Amino acid sequence: MKSALLLAALLVVNLVAAVAVVGAKHESRSLRADLQSLRVERDELNTEWAQLQLEESAWANPDRIGRLASSKLEMSHPDEFIMLEAGQ
Amino acid sequence: MKQQRPTRRRNVKLEPPPAWRARAVLIGFAVFGVVLAGRAFDLQVVEHEFLAQEGEKRHLRTVEVPAVRGAIRDRNGEPLALSAPTESVWAVPSALLEAPEKLGPLARVLDMKTDDLRERLRAHASRQFLYLRRQLSPAEGRMVMAVEAPGVFLQREYKRYYPAGEAAAQLVGLTNIDGAGQEGLELALQARLDGQPGSRRVIKDRLGRVVDDIAEFAPPRAGQDIRLTVDLRLQYAAYRELKAAVERNRASSGMVVMVEPSSGDVLAMASYPSFNPNNRDALDPSGLRHRAVTDTFEPGSTIKPLIMARALDEGRIGPGSVIDTEGGVWRVSRDLTVRDFRDYGDVDLKRLLTKSSNVGAAKIGLELGPESVWQTYLDFGFGAETASGFPGERTGVLRDFYNWGRVETATAAYGYGVAVTGLQLAGAYAALANDGLAQSLKLVREQTQVLGSEPRQVVTPQAARTVRQKMSGVVSNEGTASRAALPGYSVAGKTGTVRKVGGSGYNRERHQSLFVGMTPLDNPRVVTVVVIDEPRGKDYYGGAVAAPVFARVMRDALRVMKVRPDQGGTLTADAAAADGERS
Repeated sequence: MKSALLLAALLVVNLVAAVAVVGAKHESRSLRADLQSLRVERDELNTEWAQLQLEESAWANPDRIGRLASSKLEMSHPDEFIMLEAGQ
Repeated sequence: MKQQRPTRRRNVKLEPPPAWRARAVLIGFAVFGVVLAGRAFDLQVVEHEFLAQEGEKRHLRTVEVPAVRGAIRDRNGEPLALSAPTESVWAVPSALLEAPEKLGPLARVLDMKTDDLRERLRAHASRQFLYLRRQLSPAEGRMVMAVEAPGVFLQREYKRYYPAGEAAAQLVGLTNIDGAGQEGLELALQARLDGQPGSRRVIKDRLGRVVDDIAEFAPPRAGQDIRLTVDLRLQYAAYRELKAAVERNRASSGMVVMVEPSSGDVLAMASYPSFNPNNRDALDPSGLRHRAVTDTFEPGSTIKPLIMARALDEGRIGPGSVIDTEGGVWRVSRDLTVRDFRDYGDVDLKRLLTKSSNVGAAKIGLELGPESVWQTYLDFGFGAETASGFPGERTGVLRDFYNWGRVETATAAYGYGVAVTGLQLAGAYAALANDGLAQSLKLVREQTQVLGSEPRQVVTPQAARTVRQKMSGVVSNEGTASRAALPGYSVAGKTGTVRKVGGSGYNRERHQSLFVGMTPLDNPRVVTVVVIDEPRGKDYYGGAVAAPVFARVMRDALRVMKVRPDQGGTLTADAAAADGERS
């Protein structure tokens, strides 16, 4: 009787452990999938960041700005100026 | 079960089994044994090679995860060299050939001919790995994968981009195909820029796809980002004006170096001719060199203020000294007659520099004596590498004073027989600008000071200030470099026009035009060296060729650095007119 009970208890423990193993396996798999997709996202963001920096430096090239300022906006270097002191 | 077992036990009759049963079992075992042995032989010996190959394909692999190389940025964080991920397309030829209907669309996105693609796949059909196209943009990579051709994969690779292009090409340098530094700062800073690739353990299937990720062995370690002391805006301005001046004067090459005297920071360092670092196919080796560190030249008249500062310090001359220039022709010895452009009469120190009298400088040099002249140049940093750490830097020529006679001493005093780099000359003038305190030159912004690069007091602050004052006449209408004048700012500077050494002594036709200047006078914020090599136009004097470059670069630089004009008031129409020459 006593051994039958022990057997039953161990059976239950075994079952619980088996289910837990399945659960852990499942969780690890889904976490790995998350990790993988986050890694892909990180790579994509890095790519985009590098592209944006390159794009910015192409648009903000001082030579280009200078050319646009003089041709499109008709700006020029100030040849005459007056210094204004603060508080005067 | 529990109820049945006792019942069965009770009912069993114990009889010996018939002998045929044992024999049948034994025969059965023997047959199985033979079959097993045969199969084992088949697998282990007959098909061993094929199976080992197949197994290899589905094997546990350690794949390398590439690490990104550090970026090189200017002092404001603008990128000068940047690694961006690209996708390389590779294929397993046999797998791809099994889907002939995909070859057409695939060839189209790869920008190839369908027949060429098929030919290449067939030629390499036995291989498991074949690059179809390298370094595509990520968007193009996605288009390739959208075809969904079997056995086609992407591999990440980093490509180096140089946003500043030719303006900073020699300074930043280049990496080779494997992403290791090869030239310029890419080479000098290799150890810090380089990343540590990581590794992953994965299981791959027959087609090379990653089936399962076992564990992350080591994550990749990205290279360090490095900030330079260079300001990209000044670098652009310096390169633009340098290029324009070299072309206008039909010169062979040129350089511009800008230094902040108070810190020793190199703000810009341009060299022409240059190259486009983003297009390796058309590399011209002559553009690879950064002339400001690899080319030496005789500094000529630009050396006079240094000698003057030391002579003031040693009390050989005073701020009010007047020197007799001997009618512009002075016979030092049988071998040397020093000549001025014309007779300047008795000159004070300011006029000596304004008119750039060789006789005056030679007299000061002989007054100092060989050892003192030599020591002056050594103290100002000639004949030794700067602390910049730039690869291929030259030390120039500064021969030992033991062999100097009167001739050598006199010529050294007006800048012949000594050779310097553009960077060394900028460093020497930065010392004058910083009240005699020479800061070691820096290209990289560091938290800690490099060992042995403590500032040195080269001349007294008093002497440095006096000489700066005396140099201000050079850019006046009287001086050799009126075209270096800057509207609104006081400028101290010195021109130099040096004959180049040819096959038979100094060449009358080949010159170097120099200008070194600083502004504002009281507390100079920038020192700029301009060297134009072999101008072939009608002008070759430093004041006509190099000085205008100085004025144009400085005007941009002072605005960018927000330096307050110290010559207040409204500018005259003259300045505006002079400016009109630009267009």
